[in-house]
This record gives sequence, C-alpha cells and structure tokens, in this order.
Amino acid sequence: MKLVTAIIKPFKLDEVREALSAIGVTGITVTEVKGFGRQKGHTELYRGAEYVVDFLPKVKIEAAIKSEMLDQVIEAIEKSANTGKIGDGKIFVFELEQVIRIRTGETGAEAL
Amino acid sequence: MKKLFTIIALFGALSLAGLTAHAQDKPTEKPVATAPAASAAAAPAAAPATQTAAPAPTPNKGDVSWMLTSTALVLMMSVPALALFYGGMVRSKNMLSMLMQVFVVFSLVSVLWCVYGYSLAFTEGNAFIGGFDRLFLNGTFDAMKGEFAMAATFSKATPIPELVFVAFQATFAAITCCLILGAFAERAKFSAVLIFMVLWFTFAYAPIAHMVWFWPGPDAYTAANVVDATNAKAGLLWQWGALDFAGGTVVHINAGIAGIVGAYLIGKRVGYGKEAMSPHNLTMTMIGAALLWTGWFGFNAGSALEAGNSAALAFMNTYLATACAVLSWMFGEWLFKGKPSMLGAASGAVAGLVAITPAAGNVGIPGAFVIGIAAGLVCLWGVNGLKKMLGADDSLDVFGVHAVGGVLGALLTGVFNAQSLGGPGLVTDWVTGKVASNPIIDQVWIQAQAVGVTIIWSGIVAFIAYKIADLLVGLRVSEEEEREGLDVSSHGETAYHL
Repeated sequence: MKLVTAIIKPFKLDEVREALSAIGVTGITVTEVKGFGRQKGHTELYRGAEYVVDFLPKVKIEAAIKSEMLDQVIEAIEKSANTGKIGDGKIFVFELEQVIRIRTGETGAEAL
Repeated sequence: MKKLFTIIALFGALSLAGLTAHAQDKPTEKPVATAPAASAAAAPAAAPATQTAAPAPTPNKGDVSWMLTSTALVLMMSVPALALFYGGMVRSKNMLSMLMQVFVVFSLVSVLWCVYGYSLAFTEGNAFIGGFDRLFLNGTFDAMKGEFAMAATFSKATPIPELVFVAFQATFAAITCCLILGAFAERAKFSAVLIFMVLWFTFAYAPIAHMVWFWPGPDAYTAANVVDATNAKAGLLWQWGALDFAGGTVVHINAGIAGIVGAYLIGKRVGYGKEAMSPHNLTMTMIGAALLWTGWFGFNAGSALEAGNSAALAFMNTYLATACAVLSWMFGEWLFKGKPSMLGAASGAVAGLVAITPAAGNVGIPGAFVIGIAAGLVCLWGVNGLKKMLGADDSLDVFGVHAVGGVLGALLTGVFNAQSLGGPGLVTDWVTGKVASNPIIDQVWIQAQAVGVTIIWSGIVAFIAYKIADLLVGLRVSEEEEREGLDVSSHGETAYHL
C-alpha cells in the first residue's frame, strides 16, 4: 500500500477530488496549509508599510491506496492539478505499512 | 492601579468642591442686558428673558432639530465609526483594546465635559481659558422656573437651547481625545491612557477650544462703541481672526500633535519594522470610514449651529472634498506604489474630511475641489515620506492624516475664503453683519499663527501629560503582555473565537 500526499493550488481541489473518485479512490483527507517553494510570496502594502508575504496558501491532500493504483493516482493528480504555471505543487509517495478500519477492525487492503 | 483610583477620587473631590463654591456665587452673576437671548457662553442663563425689554426669541425648531441630529451623528463618528476604522487596522490580538479605548475615552471625556470642560471652554474668562460659571452645567436649566438657557448661533436673535450646544460640543471634545489613541495603539497601558486623557483634555483641549471658538455671540454686538469691548471677551485666536469652522486646529492639529508626541515617548511597538503588522480586518476599516463620512455631515454642517445657508455650504463641501480626496489618494497610490488599495481609499476619505473641516462653511465649491484633491496627495505623503523622516511608530497615522491634513486645511481655508476665489468671505462687522474678504496673504498668515499656537500648546501639554502618566503608572505594557496582545493581557478577553 502507498500513501500519496499532494500539495496543490486551493482552487484545484474539486477537480482533483473528482479525478480521484473517477479512478476508484475511496477517500482522501484535505488540509489547508501554507508554505513556500519556487513560486515565492508577494508583497502587501498598507499605507507606508510594506510586508513580504512568504507563505502562500495551499491545500494538502492525502490518499491511502493499493500499490497497483499508484500510477493511475499520480496521473490523475498530475492532470487535474496542472495549470502549467509556477506553484502547481508536488506529489510525495510513501510506503504504507498498515491500515486499520476502526469500526470493524479490518486491516490491510481490506481497510482501504 | 491604586494610584489611578486616588487620582480619580481627587478629581471628583475637586469638582464637587467647585460646584459647592459655585452654587454660592450664583446670585452675583451679572445679567448681560445687551444679549437677551444669550450667547455661546457669556453668562447666557444669567439674563432671564423677563428682565429685558425685548422678549427673548424662541429657538427655531428647524435649527434645534438639525443640531440634535448633528450631535448624534458626531457621536456615531466616534462610537462606532472611529473605533471600527482604527480597530480594523490593528492586529486581531489588539482589536478589543482599540475598541475599548475609544469607547471608554469617549465616555470619560463626555463626563469631564459636563463636570468642568464645557465651563472652561465656553464661558467668559480670559483670552486663553474660560471660567467656572457652568460647572456641572449649572445654570443651563432652571428647574424651578422651567427655563432653559439659550446659546448664540451665528445669526442675531437666533438662539438654540444651550444644552444642545453643550451636547454638540461634548462630542467634539470626546472624539478629539479618541483620535489620539491611534498613535500609540497596540502597546499603551490602559490606565496611562486614561490619566493622559484627563490631563490633556483639561490643559490642551479646553483652552484651545476657548481660544478658537469662544466669543460673546452676534447679539452682543449692539453698537459700534461696544465692538472693541465685546471682541476683547473672545478667545485669543478668535480675536486674531483665525477661521476654523469645525475644528482644524481644535480637533485635528491638536490631536495629531498629541499623537506624535505620544508615539515618540511611548516608543515603537515590539518588532516594528521587522515583523508584519498588517491590518487584521480592512472590511471593518471601510465600514468605519464610511460611517465617519456620514457622521462628518453632523460635525461640519452642524458647526453652522443653524439649519441654513451656511450648513448647506458646509454639507456640500464636506461631501465633495471627501470624494476628491478618495480619488486623489487612490490615483497617487496607484501611480507611485503600484496598486490602488482599499485602505488607501478609506484613508483618502478621512484625509479629505480632516482637511475640509476648518474650511467647511468658510470656502466655496472651488475651495472644496482644491482642498480635497490636495488633502489626498499631501496626506499620502504624510503616511509615507514624512512618516519615514519622523521615524516614530505612529501606529495608525494620526499625525500623517490628522495633523498634516489639519494644517493643510487650515492654511487653504485662508486662501479659499476669499470671495474672489468663490468663498463666502467673513463677517467684518458684527454690528451690521457686513461681509467682506481679507487679503489672502493676511488671512493665510493669521491661519498660520493659529496653527503655530495649537502645535506648540498641544505639544507641550501632551509632553508633560505623558510624563506625568509615565511617573504614575508607566506608559506601556511589558514586552510579554504586548506580544500576547492587549485584549488578553489588559482586558482579559478575546475578540474572535473562530
């Protein structure tokens, strides 16, 4: 099993969710986050005071999937989150040791 | 805190002593026979109408209605407008402290106004300060006879109840003190703020208001031979001929100077220039600015004291100059800083309102255009280039907007008052009501002197008042409290639970 974490532009969230549902991903977790990368921040000017805003708002999604779905999932996220402009985000893939469904106690791929 | 309560108790005791003393003096008050319907303060109530030959004119209901409305509008300018305008510009951890300071200072000064402030500002005394005839508003209403004292307006035989004038002017005193709060926002100790306000109100606001606005009223000018004696009873700057329709000197320069002195003495906010101190809610700042604009019609057009031509002129000028300043600030910012900002537009509105205040009923439409456009650009410089030169952390730009805009407005009032530039001119002879224009250079020089007196007086009083507050309780909170935010550390509350 794999855990896929992707940082995307906030307004792309719905498209990514739809793309993942379409290929059979049954659930994702979404977090609003801030960060910086190559996109850099912007400046804000309040009367005479100028502030550099380094951290930009992004959305982090996490999906636990079966290993054989990995390529499909990566492709789905890549396509749906892509705008072609700097700041589209990144996808991180982790090995996932164990999954347990709390309600039933099922484990492994059954629990996904 | 103990010290603070001792001071408050002391003030209370003094005021009560004053009242008792005054109650005994009352029968000796001299009636002003020549001013049957009274005047702004020349012992109005002391001359019961029945003792004079001519029956006292009754107030015009239109005038009274307008003045009551104006008074409520000015109250709206402070609570809520100024509180929201300022509150939106501080960080969210200091929101309640800003609201609280405006709310409480407004109330505090209103009480002091009725205890002794009105008497000091608007009764006859010397050229610098009034007397104690109206302590606790004594004499404004005779309960036994059911008679109300009358106050003068700017037309002969056109009085309004003195209590209306008291209330109207109370809101001016209170909002002036509230304006100062923006200069040391986010770090001042609440008790120090209250001590400072009591002192500054007493020794700066009341005398300046007396110097600029106190005069015996038009009815006192009965014949050519009393003119000099009557003039001599007025405040110093009134005698000099300074024009200040609604408070360019008394309100804005006065507050702006007290603010910048405070910003220097209290010191910069922790992290100033290093950490971001962005406004936490510009929506509220916009609501505040919009309510200020609305309320300012009471402030400026109400300063005509009558619902007539002068009020109409002041109203239109207030409307127009503000809109001009919104545009000029915005275009200036767009041009020099890259983007037209909401905060810029709101600040432009306030800059325009400030600058048109002394001019409101003293200039014509051409004056409103020029003053408005100039205010937006000059105050934009006031919060940028000038602010950097001064090097003080005037948190919400009280100096850059109010002092700078006030000086600009006061000087340009001297220019655009001239009838040749579309202004209404000024009354040169109160006996006949003759209107003429002073040479522009002369009037501007008079205006500049009035500005100078206000700057020096307010600056010195503010400096001493801050030092006294510092000695008694200390001016600012500890660094730890400041980092935590004044809402929690000073008031034990949090503005937002989201």
